[in-house]
Amino acid sequence: MIQEDSDRKLALARARPNCFAPTFGSAIFPCGIAEGRMILNIGPQHPSTHGVLRLQVELEGERVISVTPIIGYLHRGFEKIAENRNYIQVIPLTDRLDYLSSMANNMVYVKAVEELLGVQIPERAEYIRVIMLELQRIASHLAAVGFYGNDLGLAFTAMMYTFRERELILDLFESVCGARLTYNYLRFGGVREDLPGNFKEKAREVLARLKPKIDEYERFLSEDEIFLMRTKDIGVLNPEDAINMGATGPVLRGSGVKTDTRITDSYTIYDKFDWEIVTGKDGDCFSRYAVWINEMRQSIKIVEQALDTLPEGPYLAKVPKLLKPPAGEVYSRIESPRGELCMHLISDGAATNPYRLKIRSPAFCNLSLLPHLAKNVLIADLIAITGSLDPVFGEIDR
Amino acid sequence: MMENPLVKGIVGAAVLAALISAALLFLIWLERKFIGRLQHRYGPNRAGKFGILQMVVDGIKLLTKEDIIPEKADRAVFTAAPILAFAIAFLPFAAIPFSESLVVSNINIGILYILAVSSLAVVPTIMAGWSPNNKYNLLGGMRAAAMMISYEVPAALAIIGVVMLAGSLNMVEIVKAQEKIWFFIPQIIGFSVFVVAAFVETARLPFDLSEAESELVQGWTTEYSGMKFAMLLFAEYIHSILASLLIVILFLGGWHGPVLPPAVWLLLKTFAVMLLLMWVRATVPRVRINQLLNIGWKILIPAALLNIALTGYARLLLG
Repeated sequence: MIQEDSDRKLALARARPNCFAPTFGSAIFPCGIAEGRMILNIGPQHPSTHGVLRLQVELEGERVISVTPIIGYLHRGFEKIAENRNYIQVIPLTDRLDYLSSMANNMVYVKAVEELLGVQIPERAEYIRVIMLELQRIASHLAAVGFYGNDLGLAFTAMMYTFRERELILDLFESVCGARLTYNYLRFGGVREDLPGNFKEKAREVLARLKPKIDEYERFLSEDEIFLMRTKDIGVLNPEDAINMGATGPVLRGSGVKTDTRITDSYTIYDKFDWEIVTGKDGDCFSRYAVWINEMRQSIKIVEQALDTLPEGPYLAKVPKLLKPPAGEVYSRIESPRGELCMHLISDGAATNPYRLKIRSPAFCNLSLLPHLAKNVLIADLIAITGSLDPVFGEIDR
Repeated sequence: MMENPLVKGIVGAAVLAALISAALLFLIWLERKFIGRLQHRYGPNRAGKFGILQMVVDGIKLLTKEDIIPEKADRAVFTAAPILAFAIAFLPFAAIPFSESLVVSNINIGILYILAVSSLAVVPTIMAGWSPNNKYNLLGGMRAAAMMISYEVPAALAIIGVVMLAGSLNMVEIVKAQEKIWFFIPQIIGFSVFVVAAFVETARLPFDLSEAESELVQGWTTEYSGMKFAMLLFAEYIHSILASLLIVILFLGGWHGPVLPPAVWLLLKTFAVMLLLMWVRATVPRVRINQLLNIGWKILIPAALLNIALTGYARLLLG
């Protein structure tokens, strides 16, 4: 849909050959823009496009008239590959979707297959999953806050700080499943391995260290006059638009809509813990950033409670290795750090591989708000807004 | 022999150029190390003890890099811009007094001369922004021009207060007048205005809008590579040194200080101000261009004018 839009622009441009032709820029973009305007391609190789996003921006001086996000540079055909793999072989593929929150991707896929199979999951496994998912949320939001500092021109300081703490969480993951980024940890009916012996103590240490550090980020960023100048009232998304345009996760909650699939769907055991949905007030970049910060605090609360009440018992239900689920389809959704991550899984009942696996990526839907949010702003705001949507391209391009 | 102005000029230029280049290498190393520490990392630590040779290694690297001139660039202007920028950056140092006698050219209108030649720096910036036919360069160049032009006004106005107190435009006289009290105390408004304006003129974070890595890739130096890029980078650094020197000379008592020789005091204070510049760089995000211009025109210029009025009134009262 996005590619079509830019094609239309080019066709329009070719139809009007006599208009003002900019002398700078490459020949790929012929004339077709009004006098005094220019088209600037930000990305796909650019310091603050969070990977491989290309923004085709129509500029009038510094002012952004329109912006067209162009995606697909990281497309690996995930959904098609999944059709040719065993059910269990798809789990490592999901790791490569949103590479900042692989646990959540594992979870949504595993949950879909479990719903097809109708497996009962051991209680300990549910607890371990919640601990992992919430630690993952903290790690992902830490990265988001750090990158956001970079987008606003903070010379890497915020990123170095947040990555210092994210590292501790990755160490925890490493001790659990041996990997730091692509975990391949969740299994149908539970998790791959039990927690290591000293996990509880280590996790408590990390959380105890994290809490004052989050206050430190708040002192460092949320109380910084320039940070506030750059994020307050920028890229304001009102709640109606947020819902109508399919925003989810921190972007939706930043606009003040109090919804979270962890509560509305109450999957796994989130209803057993005492925590709140975090919402922002104004729907601007700062609100979205504040949601990241406060969600980390809530996640710490959840993990602490889960660690305290972690029951003993089996961590994996008995599920055959080579699955052949009954025919049927299932739509599974969870709250990934970026929003509502959903998978539509169809099984034909005859094969050991999924018939169809469709992913609804929260980052993709949130990014599609960008042309709406970045109207009539300056280039610097455009970067700030893009960062506040927290796109991850492993998931958007799939 | 040293009385001959030509000989004095040539010797002074050679010594200054050598000293500034050496200071440059040291300061870039210091900045990388200092910011590394602020950011919870080591900074360069491979080339030489504490990575002290890092800048030498980097210099060799930059010298041997391919020197790319974009196909559609205006070659003459593209090549001239870094040379001009580098040369112009050295000019103001001729009138900078490192102690009462250590000054290459002790002209009577020293501060005017410095303001005049340092405002020339906008010319190579616009050249570098326009000549490579790159949109990022162009945007960066326009931003740089807007910044430099808007912030020269408050800087100059802030200096007027100092000149009124010292009663002279001569740099040596200005420092001599601070023997009893450093000017940043009676000129606290002017000092604040000048520090902010000087920060902007050095185009460092939070005011590095002309480079703005997260927005404009590398801003007005995007298309430059190899030694041409190094010259632009060094020119920016020399601007930072100059800004720190000016803050020290105009407001922080210049070479005045106990025990140590005057030139040492001046350099120590300058390094302290440089460290402040580096500290700020690692601490705050970048402002937006319209916010930056608002600060300049709506806050700094009125504040500087108020400062002039207050200084004049105080002088009238105190005779």
